[in-house]
Amino acid sequence: MKNILTIIRRELGSLFTSPVAYVFLVIFLVLTGFFTFMIGGFFVRNEADLTSFFFWFPWLFILLVPAVGMRQWAEERRQGTLELLFTMPISVPEAVLGKFLAGWLFLGIALFLTCPIVFTVCYLGDPDAGPIVTGYAGSFLLAGSYLAVSGMTSAFTRNQIVSFITSTVLCLLLVLIGFPPVTDLLLKWGAPTGVLDLSAGLSVFYHFTGMQRGVFDLRDIVYFLSLTALALMITGTVLKNRRG
Amino acid sequence: MIEATSVKKYFGDRPVVAGISFSVARGEVLGFLGPNGAGKSTTMRMITGFLPLSEGSISIGGCDIEENPVEAKRLFGYLPENAPAYQDMSVGGFLQFSAAIRGLSGRAGKAAVERAAGLCHLEGVMRQPIDTLSKGYRHRLCFAQAILHDPPVLILDEPTDGLDPNQKHEMRELIREMGRDKAIIVSTHILEEVEAICTRVIIIDRGTLVFNGTPRELLARAPHGDRVLVILRGIDGEEAVAALEKLPQIRRAEILGEEEGRLTLALQPTGKGEDFAWNIKKMLDERRWEFCELHTESGRLDEVFRDLTAPDGADRKEGVA
Ligand SMILES: Nc1ncnc2c1ncn2[C@@H]1O[C@H](COP(=O)(O)OP(=O)(O)OP(=O)(O)O)[C@@H](O)[C@H]1O
Ligand SMILES: [Mg+2]
Repeated sequence: MKNILTIIRRELGSLFTSPVAYVFLVIFLVLTGFFTFMIGGFFVRNEADLTSFFFWFPWLFILLVPAVGMRQWAEERRQGTLELLFTMPISVPEAVLGKFLAGWLFLGIALFLTCPIVFTVCYLGDPDAGPIVTGYAGSFLLAGSYLAVSGMTSAFTRNQIVSFITSTVLCLLLVLIGFPPVTDLLLKWGAPTGVLDLSAGLSVFYHFTGMQRGVFDLRDIVYFLSLTALALMITGTVLKNRRG
Repeated sequence: MIEATSVKKYFGDRPVVAGISFSVARGEVLGFLGPNGAGKSTTMRMITGFLPLSEGSISIGGCDIEENPVEAKRLFGYLPENAPAYQDMSVGGFLQFSAAIRGLSGRAGKAAVERAAGLCHLEGVMRQPIDTLSKGYRHRLCFAQAILHDPPVLILDEPTDGLDPNQKHEMRELIREMGRDKAIIVSTHILEEVEAICTRVIIIDRGTLVFNGTPRELLARAPHGDRVLVILRGIDGEEAVAALEKLPQIRRAEILGEEEGRLTLALQPTGKGEDFAWNIKKMLDERRWEFCELHTESGRLDEVFRDLTAPDGADRKEGVA
């Protein structure tokens, strides 16, 4: 437990001493604002709610979260510090969890910094508190799942770019799997409705949309947490078996 | 403290370490020698639990590195090859992190960091980012990280690599000093280092152990360990060789150089060669041959090394201790 905290502290420290953290935060906030107010048609709809704010996160995160996750293990491999880390008295799960939690915490900070957008909306109108709370919770869980996936691809390689691209593709897949192009394809192949439902149910989008609308469903939370746990477990296994 | 039993490592189908056994006790400094690619670093990575073993077992202080890795890892400090460190941290921050992972926090952590930084002369660079350090300093930093928690076992992969002569000297002193009450493994390509700091030597060649003994025993294998060199003045080479080879104590006389009237000869004794140099001196005196130098050659480690790890397997000396 103490080791996890030590790792988290180191990770956050090195994030914030490098420009990565600040560049990320600025880009994230600018893009969020831009999507919410410009592309989301906030002013056109003449309705002060946060639908157009949360709506973009699954897409925005596809690009931004792997930028945080890609370095996690690839960088350790490249610098050779993996050898240092795994010859210190620390278990693989501790290391994996520590790194993940640090990244997740950072993404949480980024989400927290979007508060002004919410305040603006509250000032302009009178949105329900429910969708805001579940929307944020959903976004945070979603970010965690993406982060775990990109940490997983990062564990396979010493190249951050490779890690970034593969995790972007994987996250995109997680969104698209419930969308018509994929489901239509399954339908054309004559897949039974069970498979179609499964396909839709596996989609990040499906579960996120519920939370974004203010629906609190335990299944959504379980979905995100299991996806995260699965990716973390794979990461641990890869790191245990592929080191040289 | 360290016990390795028939350790094997395959990368794919290729055996890189092919069954090595040895042990290191407290108070011993074991030198790892071997040509490039022999498998020294690979063996060290298995001892430290970074690479899984293909076969065999390794235990440190009674803890099996594969079954009880965290306990075993508490017992040693490790300096990997190339001295990796987190480039984006400061020297002090990195040492503090290492101390915290070793369970040293607060005052104990601070004291440990100060002690290690002092021993490795890092006080002046504590706030410097690691990616701006020179190679030697980075090496010292990684060494400081290894001795931070004063572990009973040290595993050092080329600890003097990249250090200036003064630092090399100091590092050797430090290792020898710590070797009194620790079990230490050091790999190196510098053979003098072996004589200077090691109490025992292992030579690995293509993944197999070709020597395990003291530096003295290693020297005793030197091919020219007992020959005598003389430099004679004003004597013709052919004539001298012919005369000397007639003597029963001398098995062979060989001309090594002849210039400006100075003739350098190497004399090989028959048998053990006791008092060989003394007998030769007497004989030269009897003949009134003038010599300006006469000495018994001490064996040279590089020759033994070359012999034991000959690239052509056929002419490699048999016999593994
Ligand atoms: N991850 C790996 N995958 C495949 N082969 C490897 C791997 N790591 C090392 N090797 C091979 O194993 C052999 C031994 O390497 P090792 O690093 O142990 O040599 P060494 O004795 O430390 O050499 P040096 O004196 O150059 O440091 C080399 O031929 C190397 O190419
Ligand atoms: Mg090596």
